Amino acid sequence: MTAPLGKDLLGLEHLSAEQIVMILDTAEPLREISERTIKKVPTLRGATVVNLFFEASTRTRISFEFAEKRMSADTVNVAVAGSSVSKGETLVDTAKNLEAMRIDMVVIRHGSSGAARFLAERIESNVINAGDGTHEHPTQGLLDLLTLRQRFGTLAGKRVCICGDVLHSRVARSNIWGLTKLGAEVAVCGPRSLLPNAIEEFGVHVFDRIEQAIEWADALNILRLQLERMTAGYIPSLREYNRVFGVTRARLDRAPRDLLIMHPGPMNRGVEIDSEVADGPHSVILDQVTNGVAVRMAVLYLLAGNSPALAEAAKGGDR
Amino acid sequence: MPIASTIVLNARAFERTVARMAHEIVERADGTDTLVLVGIQRRGVQLADRLAAVIDAREKVTVPRGALDITLYRDDLQTVGPRPIVGKTELPLEIDGTTLCIVDDVLYTGRTIRAALDELADFGRPARIMLAVLIDRGGRELPIHADVVGRLIDVPKGGHVDVAVSELDGKDEVTLVGGAEGE
Amino acid sequence: MRTPPGDVLLKGGRLLDPSSNLDTTGDLLVRAGRIESVGGSIGSPDGAQVIDCAGQVVAPGFIDVHCHLREPGREDVETILSGARAAAAGGFTAVCAMPNTDPVTDNQAAVGFVLKQGRSAHAARVYPIGAISIGQKGEQLAEFGEMVGAGAVAVSDDGRPVVSAQLMRTALEYARTFGIPVADHCEEPTLAAGGDMNEGFVSARLGLKGIPAEAEEIMAIRDILLSRLTGGHVHLCHMSTRGSVELIRWGKERGIRVTAEACPHHLSLTEAEVEGYNTNAKMNPPLRSLADVEAVQQAVKDGTIDVIATDHAPHHNDDKHREFGNAPNGIVGLETALAVNLTWLVKSGIITLGTLVDRMACAPARIFGLPGGTLRRGLPADITVFDPALAWTVKPNDFLTKGRNTPYAGKTLHGRVGCTLVDGRVVFQRMG
Repeated sequence: MTAPLGKDLLGLEHLSAEQIVMILDTAEPLREISERTIKKVPTLRGATVVNLFFEASTRTRISFEFAEKRMSADTVNVAVAGSSVSKGETLVDTAKNLEAMRIDMVVIRHGSSGAARFLAERIESNVINAGDGTHEHPTQGLLDLLTLRQRFGTLAGKRVCICGDVLHSRVARSNIWGLTKLGAEVAVCGPRSLLPNAIEEFGVHVFDRIEQAIEWADALNILRLQLERMTAGYIPSLREYNRVFGVTRARLDRAPRDLLIMHPGPMNRGVEIDSEVADGPHSVILDQVTNGVAVRMAVLYLLAGNSPALAEAAKGGDR
Repeated sequence: MPIASTIVLNARAFERTVARMAHEIVERADGTDTLVLVGIQRRGVQLADRLAAVIDAREKVTVPRGALDITLYRDDLQTVGPRPIVGKTELPLEIDGTTLCIVDDVLYTGRTIRAALDELADFGRPARIMLAVLIDRGGRELPIHADVVGRLIDVPKGGHVDVAVSELDGKDEVTLVGGAEGE
Repeated sequence: MRTPPGDVLLKGGRLLDPSSNLDTTGDLLVRAGRIESVGGSIGSPDGAQVIDCAGQVVAPGFIDVHCHLREPGREDVETILSGARAAAAGGFTAVCAMPNTDPVTDNQAAVGFVLKQGRSAHAARVYPIGAISIGQKGEQLAEFGEMVGAGAVAVSDDGRPVVSAQLMRTALEYARTFGIPVADHCEEPTLAAGGDMNEGFVSARLGLKGIPAEAEEIMAIRDILLSRLTGGHVHLCHMSTRGSVELIRWGKERGIRVTAEACPHHLSLTEAEVEGYNTNAKMNPPLRSLADVEAVQQAVKDGTIDVIATDHAPHHNDDKHREFGNAPNGIVGLETALAVNLTWLVKSGIITLGTLVDRMACAPARIFGLPGGTLRRGLPADITVFDPALAWTVKPNDFLTKGRNTPYAGKTLHGRVGCTLVDGRVVFQRMG
């Protein structure tokens, strides 16, 4: 039997290493389902899953949708064009409406950190955080871990550097938690204006130059640099960012070992990552996408077996 | 009070039974031309390997094999609570038109086999599906029947059957545990 | 016209008044609304209301120089009446109401309205604070003279900082004419923009934009220097960081006319309260680190922080009950201030009870030039009687304020008001 995850998946910060490994171990055999002709298992038949996306997202939503449909769940997509004024009411009222419709599971992406937890505390349905503000994106963290584990065999002692706008990145935070719990050595690399002031307290190394990161790491997880960061004044230009921090073919050629290249997508080719690198032999970016569906299927599978009553028992230490 | 346990098949008897099963399978399949063996996770997989080894020695043919994990097809997932661990499903072959023999260690309620049939239907359409089990302990809850049976055991109320295979458990043995008078 | 108050005899309490060096057990007699006799054993006049104060402290009524009463504009959240009553329940005999109402209290009519509403509440006194700038827009000075004439006791654009140093300078100079302090909410707007909590490891973990301590400190030192330049009295609102109190100390050492306040929540709680995205731990300035809390506590002890004020800021449940980033800043405080201060400052031994009474009653009167804050004979009887040790659990639904937004909900605090007198009348008495 697998150890209970509780009612919701809100982040990796408060999961134990055992729970994370269990999710990865569950995702592993589920990859095969996506290779079949009939890409479906009946496991979640009759379950209703709502994809509640307050922020536009194509790839994450599609990935969840595939995962849900391949488990035979009924999927409903809700795209909420939230204005900043109405967001608050919308979430509380949305929670009530979902409860009233007896939805089994909610996958929520929202622009406010803590929004997934806010919803989870107010409804009995399972809640999966698909990204809340700049807080966490746990399924992305998990699929990154799975991808690395497949290539390395184990994460213990492996050196992974997260490159880019860590300050605004929920992917970075989830990765930091997941990697450190599984025994990897973690570093970040980027301009200090895009790193949290308290970054050292996360227990990670900090590299100010991408060359140092490349010299040190076994794998790079390259974050997308958003145009808004430039307009908000954190960096002067995307051009300069690429010149100083871009992961280019030339820089990688000087690496002392073969580095795995990861990126959560969507990529800004020519900004944080060059096409040659993204499409090169060490890129596992497409594996990440494949693993994403498997990881999400695993999370759906594991959470669907947990009634709130079981979650309470789990919290109390009963097992 | 120690729970009574009886060895039903020791290692030697195990080997003999498996050998006889292998011959029966080939007989029912009218040869090995279209035969494939699909073991149910977990011990069915090891049994399928053993059967294939016997067939190989006798017929000089390597019968294609697959492994099936039926966890995701179980009909009791909503009530089970903490999630069962999902094992590997590997069917590296076209099953359309084959004589597919499902192999499992113990046949009891029949629900595992029902799940296996559902899962196989998602992969293709064998010309014929047979079932070979090492132990049939009766107690069917569905109209499922085994074509090839290693041993038929009557399990008293409250008892169960343990199948050990050396690849996983260090020995080949079938034990009937508990359910004796007074338990 | 109300009937004149009867006599009140407060019997057997600990009479504690730092302003007159009084700390003794005895009786206090109130006649015709004034303090008639203090100390010793006093015979009860006929018809006097006798209140047994054994085991309690009898102190000058507390004065809160910083609270938000929401009227006019958000009467659904608080009115001057409900706020004044909540104040009385908290032991406050007077409060100063900040002008960030809707419309802003930036003219004599608005000031007069607040004063009138306060009078008809018959609870704690309400002194209006007028805006520094029209509409609190930070552009044009409001009419200080007219507002003071109508009853304003200070000016402030609180809720917002005075962004323009030039405007702050002018305000400080102009306020000198009327002898009133200019109270500033110290927040450098570009550093603090979009911030939801203190900047640090907690904010980084929670994915919330942080407000660095420097956002407060930069404006604090600016105001201190402008006070030096102008000779005006600047009062720094809700100081919350170690750096701020160091800067205030620097200013006071040089004789600069700066006074400062700290709030009970910054003297007791840290940013850890935000864990779980608790919107009842969201206010501005935010809860800071433990080192900041300890520094501000020490500053209260050594007088660098002159007064403790509540920054009572009620909000509607609907407004607070949302995801953290979108929730408004502010918590209520009138009815928990005394107990929080007793629990975290006095019970822990950081300051004495006498110092607490000074910071909550005597000093506010002194630095804002308000009546009260003393138990001297002949003066109006604004008095607080409280039990300094009684343990109780905070239940927001029992509050007299309309607001329920408190981070202390469910916590056990020590110390509770027994009764409050304003002008010799009992405006609050705890039952049972």
